[in-house]
Amino acid sequence: MSAATEDAAGPAPEDAGRVSGTRAETLRRFVQGDLASLRVVLGLAVIWAIFQLQNDRFLSAENLTNLMLQITAVGLISIGVVYVLLLGEIDLSVGAVSGLAAAVMTVLGVRHGWSPYLAIAAGVLVGTAIGLIQGAVFSRFGVPSFVVTLAGLLAWQGALLQVLGSTGSINITEPKITGLANTFYSDAVGWVVAAIVIGVYAAVALSGHRRRVAAGLAGKSLAPLAVRVALVAVVAIVTVAILNSDRGLPLALLILLAFVVGMEYVAKRTRFGRHVYAVGGNVEAARRAGIPIDRVRVAVFAIAGSMAAIGGILAASRLLAVNQNSGGSELLLLAIAGPVIAGTSLFGGRGAVWTALLGALVIGSISNGMDLLALSSAVKFMVTGGVLLIAVVIDAIARQQRQAAGRV
Amino acid sequence: MSSDDPLLEVNGVSKRFGPVQALDRVDFEVREGEVVGLVGDNGAGKSTLVKTIAGIHSPDAGEIRFGGERVTISRPTDATALGIATVYQDLALCDNLDVVANVFLGQEEISPGPGEVSRQLDETKMEHRAGELLSSLAVTIPSVRTEVGTLSGGQRQQVAVARSLLGEPKVVLLDEPTAALGVPQTKQVLELIGRLRERGLGVVVITHNLANVFEVADRIVVLRLGRVAGDFQAESTTEEHVVSAITGAGAGDDNREVEDERRD
Repeated sequence: MSAATEDAAGPAPEDAGRVSGTRAETLRRFVQGDLASLRVVLGLAVIWAIFQLQNDRFLSAENLTNLMLQITAVGLISIGVVYVLLLGEIDLSVGAVSGLAAAVMTVLGVRHGWSPYLAIAAGVLVGTAIGLIQGAVFSRFGVPSFVVTLAGLLAWQGALLQVLGSTGSINITEPKITGLANTFYSDAVGWVVAAIVIGVYAAVALSGHRRRVAAGLAGKSLAPLAVRVALVAVVAIVTVAILNSDRGLPLALLILLAFVVGMEYVAKRTRFGRHVYAVGGNVEAARRAGIPIDRVRVAVFAIAGSMAAIGGILAASRLLAVNQNSGGSELLLLAIAGPVIAGTSLFGGRGAVWTALLGALVIGSISNGMDLLALSSAVKFMVTGGVLLIAVVIDAIARQQRQAAGRV
Repeated sequence: MSSDDPLLEVNGVSKRFGPVQALDRVDFEVREGEVVGLVGDNGAGKSTLVKTIAGIHSPDAGEIRFGGERVTISRPTDATALGIATVYQDLALCDNLDVVANVFLGQEEISPGPGEVSRQLDETKMEHRAGELLSSLAVTIPSVRTEVGTLSGGQRQQVAVARSLLGEPKVVLLDEPTAALGVPQTKQVLELIGRLRERGLGVVVITHNLANVFEVADRIVVLRLGRVAGDFQAESTTEEHVVSAITGAGAGDDNREVEDERRD
């Protein structure tokens, strides 16, 4: 849905003479990767078609609901990763941080009997604090983020073992916490949510359009806007219809979507977000423009830590336990791979928060589909690795072409 | 055209970097609506002088007067606050952002509302103002929503200049604005400098290219080994005079006169 939003919000309408130029521009953007999202949506459709042909349960309401639940944790972690990637940096500690935050929440909530809300807040704060520390070390001492967060990866894994203690695994029995990933709303609630989403989107789009028309910046035509609203409406209605025919709208998906929308707003519509893109695009330019580079960097790592913690808490809620493997194995790589596959550049300054959602969908679909086909982990890893490699190569080629065209 | 007092006056400014005397008792001034070409060989002190005025270096000796009053410029923000804008050679643009975002970089307009952090950027206002600014400079850019990375060198220079004008400065310092530009793009930029003069700004242009200087400057100041080696009215001098002042080979007559006056 957002892919269309993005493109329709492009350059203001121009004279008829520029139409062919605009078309060429669109083609160039598609080839050079600025429209990577559209490519990814097509890729996702192909993946879904292939798995559906192999196993007709893939596109069933039950499996699609499962898919949504499977991608929630990775998607939330990826939101923070997107911010770090926009800076042109990397955070290798998000997996370990997600495990540690979940463990802290569980120990406080289950062993020490804290209120579930306080325990969740404490878990998130652990992630925020870790992000602040890593961001401060990175920006104050100029240590590459790769190294700071690699050290973090080890240290926070150790902290996880320490927090869990000798048992090594704690089951979560607190219903408020398990409810995060295991609550489904009734059909009526699902439709109300869909109506609110469509209504708010249409209202925001319309008021933005009115302001631009009033300032003489846009044509009076409402057609592009209507197309965008219709697209959002279709996606919202189809999604709710599918979810309602199984268990209903999951709370976990609502949480993920709320964070995607909120953090996309911060990235694209606020001064802070603009500064993140500027620092990722050209640090020197940002510095000379008076942007507080260090503060932006620390804030971004704090966001990454917080989102990792939130993702970890959702993962623990879904698993009903934390153990020594929480936040381990391939979680980190998938959280970074997702946004990159969906078009956020590893080189900084280019990307969007909703690529976290799109990327998680792609990776989640591949993983889910291969599970349905009962393929081994060996095959799953190799296929996911291959998809990531292709995505990164496309990103690098796009960058080379931009450079060849004089755009660094 | 210009008032009696110079807009910006540099009196006897010296700057030393270790063993190197980068600036040696330099006198320099710009008036309203005047374009001053600052020329000299590599290492003559052109960039050091501009950076001193822009607040990146602080002078070891001498004074800077702005609008007739003595000022201390110890940081770039001091210069900006006074109304001195600087456009550096490497432009410092973010290629991944569009023209509007670059023009307003670090000075974004935000909509009214609660919360410093959560308030929305006022894109409509910024786009409107950027459009006005660029068209007042007769800048040739297809759309203000174009990504800066896709623009030509001349267009990028125009965007950088437009950005420097956002704070309504009185003096604009341009560091090698035509370096690495083709002929038509150089022409665009020189025309732009002419329009800055029409707005009544004081403009300082650092350049290697003498042909450009003669095309656009009212006055040409030559630096050589950190000293002012000549101060010429562009109309009444020739390229040979300026070249000999730059190289120090048999300095021209005007040059000696100026030097003598200054020593008095």
